Amino acid sequence: MNPLLKVENISKYYGSRLGCKDVNFDLYPGEVLGIVGESGSGKSTLLNCLAGHQEPDTGKVVFDTRADGPKDTVTMSEPERRMLSRTDWAFVHQNPRDGLRMGVSAGGNVGERLMAVGARHYGDIRGTAVDWLDKVEIAEDRTDDRPSEFSGGMQQRLQIARNLVTGPRLIFMDEPTGGLDVSVQARLLDLLRGLVRELGLSAIVVTHDLAVVRLLADRLMVMKDGRVIETGLTDQVLDDPQHGYTQLLVSSVLQV
Amino acid sequence: MISIENVSKTFTLHNQNSAVIPVMVNANLRVAAGECVALTGASGAGKSTLMRMIYGNYLTQAGRIIVGELDIVTALPREILQLRRETLGYVSQFLRVVPRVATLDVVSEPMLAVGVARDTAHERARELLTRLRIPERLWLLSPLTFSGGEQQRVNIARGFAHEYPAMLLDEPTASLDVANRETVLSLIEEAKQRGAAIIGIFHDEAARKRACDRQIDVSVYTPRAS
Repeated sequence: MNPLLKVENISKYYGSRLGCKDVNFDLYPGEVLGIVGESGSGKSTLLNCLAGHQEPDTGKVVFDTRADGPKDTVTMSEPERRMLSRTDWAFVHQNPRDGLRMGVSAGGNVGERLMAVGARHYGDIRGTAVDWLDKVEIAEDRTDDRPSEFSGGMQQRLQIARNLVTGPRLIFMDEPTGGLDVSVQARLLDLLRGLVRELGLSAIVVTHDLAVVRLLADRLMVMKDGRVIETGLTDQVLDDPQHGYTQLLVSSVLQV
Repeated sequence: MISIENVSKTFTLHNQNSAVIPVMVNANLRVAAGECVALTGASGAGKSTLMRMIYGNYLTQAGRIIVGELDIVTALPREILQLRRETLGYVSQFLRVVPRVATLDVVSEPMLAVGVARDTAHERARELLTRLRIPERLWLLSPLTFSGGEQQRVNIARGFAHEYPAMLLDEPTASLDVANRETVLSLIEEAKQRGAAIIGIFHDEAARKRACDRQIDVSVYTPRAS
């Protein structure tokens, strides 16, 4: 089996300040990778470099494309990269407002992604949209409502539907459960786990919440000051951390 | 099926003056298919630690731990994940699941993960929950709302849902009543019959004698304080 994503020596500086440095990893189909670290550790910079939102200063992000096999997305042309981010990639933002069109109906938000990849038949688009809204537990009678009329949890689920409707193979998630109540968080986690398993998706999840990665991620990367200081199986890193910082991080979690 | 050769483990506590605590030295153990071996020794001797090392939950500093064809000590994370999905089951003392997921789905999950159809998985889950005397009215509720004993039985149902060729059982009969203890012992017996290699920790001596073919005292591998 070939890796879906091969990340080699990614570094990013903001002027003289370090964003992230020398990051290497492989992600295989069906795998969920968690990236944890405190604010400013470089995890969001890394995610943005991987997803093509920022250009890294050095390194390669090689994605196994459907048409041409492995290709470096950093040196790929802009239209090619945009096409990738509309089809094989998805990006779930922490704030659903960054990933949704707030003035467009829920059905429209999902349908728009389909139209971007060439769907034209209104009935089909609406049918698929309603189908996906149902998958993320948004009732059909809310299809024509705008996301601004939705609760935070519903907006986040709508963002996930909008992202997954085109059948991507890789999802980037930035604090997907960040602003949500714990009760809503649990439901979203279960939804994401089910979708990952049923659709065989790969995902990279950035979060500072260790409980979230324990339930969602197969593997874990711990970042500090822009560098990856520890990697491994999620439960192994959390239960038998090797690096001093990870030990501190794990032992600092409040018990409920 | 499971082979442990000259295995050693230390914990290094970086935030406590980098104290290095050796917890296991040169452990050896072999378990054949269809055999159940008990780990014994006083509390703190390292029974659960050894079990977690076999599962890849704790890192091992030296030696080899072979399960099936895979050396856990040097395996890649995704190789260990595949082994856990298909070959190596683990019933821990505590249930750890996504909140608000129905018991029936919690028990079905290991089967869905290896590609069993949802209907078939649910049927097997119902069968196990019935055998373990979890009342049917609870099946659609999250097990996190259950009593300790009920949670443990759900954990056991989940652990035995997929027929793993190798299993690790950490106190599977603790705090169970007589009838449920019998059920768990017969589940272990059935797993052995189909050829599973099992390593177990049993505080209950009668249960240990019934389930296990032999026992290993892990305190011989515990480093002496010098």
